Amino acid sequence: MVDQSAVGRSFTPVTARVEPGRLRFFLDTLGEENPVYRDADTARKAGYAATPVPPTYLFCLEMMDATEPFEFLTALDIDLARVLHGEQRFDYHAPVVVGDTLTFRPKVTSVTEKKGGAMTLIVVETGVTNQNGVHVADVSRTVVVRNARPS
Amino acid sequence: MTLFVGERIVHKTFPPITRHRLALYCGASGDHNPIHVDLDFAKQAGFPDVFSHGMLVMAYLGQALTDVVPPSRIRSFSTRFAAITQLGATLTCEGTVAELLEHNGEKRARIALTTKDQTGEVKLAGEAVVAL
Repeated sequence: MVDQSAVGRSFTPVTARVEPGRLRFFLDTLGEENPVYRDADTARKAGYAATPVPPTYLFCLEMMDATEPFEFLTALDIDLARVLHGEQRFDYHAPVVVGDTLTFRPKVTSVTEKKGGAMTLIVVETGVTNQNGVHVADVSRTVVVRNARPS
Repeated sequence: MTLFVGERIVHKTFPPITRHRLALYCGASGDHNPIHVDLDFAKQAGFPDVFSHGMLVMAYLGQALTDVVPPSRIRSFSTRFAAITQLGATLTCEGTVAELLEHNGEKRARIALTTKDQTGEVKLAGEAVVAL
């Protein structure tokens, strides 16, 4: 079971490029028709250098370009089948647009046992910077591990 | 943007969640966790069927939000995944102005957000802080 010793552990940084084709696939999947995400002129009129990404897309970029998307689970010896997503948070500091190259630096910031050890909540916080070194966002995910009953 | 507390500004319903949508989202999001697309894996893990990625539901909520608030005005966006979203769920996203505030001279609003299925069960509960 994951314990407090995991707090502070960091994982391999991920570098991801915001590619227009992949972004279009995401927009199509969601039936997203907002022109600000699809049309460069509309985006520029809204003050962007290029079309921006939707609010949750940072989560996807990190997973898409990670060599091992579930590295933190493997590193902490957690079975993927026992994991649920508990909470998710994004704090946005600067725009992210098509063509940007982002670097994600994930680390464990808390481990909490719930329900007498039946569940463990793990918070992974990820700072995101762009190709100019601008801190564009902070992403925080809480995963819930359904622990095996002691036999 | 002029808002008042209690005003409902977000309201959007999405098509039912299908296996096809989950397969597309698996590829489009980079979240290849088989529990959302592979029935054998889901059953092995103790679930009766595959179920939606929480982040697909959050992406819908984000879409409903940026239909009415320009993405550049969103300062933060957070949710708690309250319940698993099953196949066939028809999701409705809603957002109500919960508070007007000011941060470093910027006028902002806190929008309380929910996503419910067709039975009214809350799947996501969260909030966004937006600049006015």
